[in-house]
Amino acid sequence: MSKADATIEVTLVDAGRLAVQQEMRRDPTVWVLGEDVARGGLWGQYRGFLEEFGPERVVSTPISESTIMGAGLGAALVGTRPIIEMRIFDFVMCAMDELVNQIAKIRYMFGGQARPAVVVRMPHGMWRNSAAQHSQMLESWFVHLPGVIVVAPSCAEDEAGLMVSAIRSDDPVLFFDPKDLWPLTGTMPAGEIAPIPFGKARRLREGKDLTIVTWSAIVPKVSEAAASLAEQGVHADVLDLRTLWPWDEAAVLASVAKTKRLLVVHEAVEVGGFGGEIVARVIDQLGPSNVKIAKRLGAPRLPIPFSPPLENQIRVTVDKIVAAGLAAARA
Amino acid sequence: MSKTKGASRTSASGHNLARLTDLYATMVRIRSFEETALQAHKASEIPGPLHVSIGQEGVAAGVCANLGRADRITSNHRGHGHALAKGAEAGRMFLELFGREGGYCGGKGGSMHIADFSVGMLGANGVVTGGIPIAVGAAQGLKMLKSEAVVVCFFGDGAVNRGPFLEGFNWAALFRLPVLFVCEDNGVAAFTATASVTAGPGVMARAESLGVTGLSVDGNDVIAVDAAAAQLLADVRSGGGPRILHARTYRWTGHTSTDAAAWRVPAEVAAGKAGCPIARLRTTLSERGAKDLDTIDAAAAAEMAACRATAHAAQWPRPSTAFDDVQDIGAVRHV
Ligand SMILES: Cc1ncc(C[n+]2csc(CCOP(=O)(O)OP(=O)(O)O)c2C)c(N)n1
Repeated sequence: MSKADATIEVTLVDAGRLAVQQEMRRDPTVWVLGEDVARGGLWGQYRGFLEEFGPERVVSTPISESTIMGAGLGAALVGTRPIIEMRIFDFVMCAMDELVNQIAKIRYMFGGQARPAVVVRMPHGMWRNSAAQHSQMLESWFVHLPGVIVVAPSCAEDEAGLMVSAIRSDDPVLFFDPKDLWPLTGTMPAGEIAPIPFGKARRLREGKDLTIVTWSAIVPKVSEAAASLAEQGVHADVLDLRTLWPWDEAAVLASVAKTKRLLVVHEAVEVGGFGGEIVARVIDQLGPSNVKIAKRLGAPRLPIPFSPPLENQIRVTVDKIVAAGLAAARA
Repeated sequence: MSKTKGASRTSASGHNLARLTDLYATMVRIRSFEETALQAHKASEIPGPLHVSIGQEGVAAGVCANLGRADRITSNHRGHGHALAKGAEAGRMFLELFGREGGYCGGKGGSMHIADFSVGMLGANGVVTGGIPIAVGAAQGLKMLKSEAVVVCFFGDGAVNRGPFLEGFNWAALFRLPVLFVCEDNGVAAFTATASVTAGPGVMARAESLGVTGLSVDGNDVIAVDAAAAQLLADVRSGGGPRILHARTYRWTGHTSTDAAAWRVPAEVAAGKAGCPIARLRTTLSERGAKDLDTIDAAAAAEMAACRATAHAAQWPRPSTAFDDVQDIGAVRHV
């Protein structure tokens, strides 16, 4: 095997770590701030960074989310490129002014004088019965917010390539790590990690009967469900959006134009979720007569409960996806 | 000693007539800018809310006299004075207030969002306390880049009751960041006496408890502000970490341009006006034989009148520019 074809097997968490490490080696203005990052981050996303890059570029901060976010912005305004680690997505609620009113607006409000080149990392989603304040997926809120890019990968290779793009981007990038998938292993090329452009979906499976659009932590379940559907004669075209803003509308439209049937699956609450936007755009762009069915499958509009049977009750499962897929294919 | 260009280290108390005259001219320009803007607002030439700092000019002038171009400032919703004192152009500020083409933000910001990155003015802020985390981050970035520049963070007394005040002060002290916090204490937060909603002994005690020391001065005595800022900025520049300047001042007007300020106590307003920082320095300068004060006054009035007229006659921004400068990737197209 030639060196160019060599691949490595990595976990999703390590893929992200290698991407950040590569970019910090390439560009001395890239740095990371957040709680406990100097000891490697909560999941080892920054393991070994303190030793390699030193305490000025790997900054363990006080538990001060407003200032973690706002200081990241301030540091970007003078020419550095911070990675703002929010620890767990849910804590961004303590930094909403800095994110929504400051970071997302500052370029526009100041007529283009400022480029807030920050990456905000927000590991999100259900994770080992963490209950209502450590499990949320509210990515649709941020797609609604002008001024930011929204990234939500589901595999090691995308975590790495999208992270490289995020760090190099002059736009603020909200990077939703799928924390339940940290240990998921994947294969990526050895050597330099290439940037993956924003707004390009990944096709996980080719099919003619039904289009399934999905992203983030639910993706492995969707793949499993699609395999099961195939055994039952329903061949789904499965697209992992990977980025929600911009999102690959062209790929989704092309697929639904072929299958005439759309199912959007996300872990987040179905009501007001990003699935609604996808369904609306598809019907709008293709015309209602060209779409036989357009459905969403997400969580019921409930906080995430703690106890395993309660959590499982509201979770989007493989069985639910298969059932929704069969219903959509047969409608 | 600072190596920052443009920041004269001569303290005002050093009887430097030229420096005092500069301070006077800065304050007069700020006053004239805001009085002119108020008139324009009354004449419906300026849309939206306008917060003026009439009576508080000594703070912006005295502090910014100690800054070089490379130094940065962050400001708040009452920030015209800070911007002017840091070197922003009155003409482009007026254009922005009027929402016209050529304004600092192309008409996207208005009074509450004036910024001029080319002179180190990192922006006014429509969110109270919003500038504090940004200022400490800018200081952290500058330190990381081995820059000699420092950051000054202006905020009002009302800002001390929001969480980012505590976070930002702790953070700046913890990382020994080159930032001077300037609390412009006009005694009111919008329409409410700050003391009536603030527990404990005040901003200096809070700052000190978080490891940030500093000086409290009469903010209407621009010479005192200048001297205190010089001293504190020398500490900041020499790597001593953050400092705070608490400047007690008085806001002559209501909260916004549409607030007639009938709620204010007349005797208090009279006393506040009697402490006018411009009148006080004028007296001092006259006693020392300065002659060109009327010329400075007239020049400022003429400058601002011309800026107003120019802004009034200026083009509106092309409507399609509403679609510009959102983001590079994923920007929506003009519809
Ligand atoms: C977070 C936030 N809360 C409330 C407001 C509304 N508001 C604007 S200015 C102001 C008063 C701020 O007081 P201070 O900073 O002391 O300045 P002042 O306007 O009194 O001179 C308030 C409450 C705001 N802009 N931001």
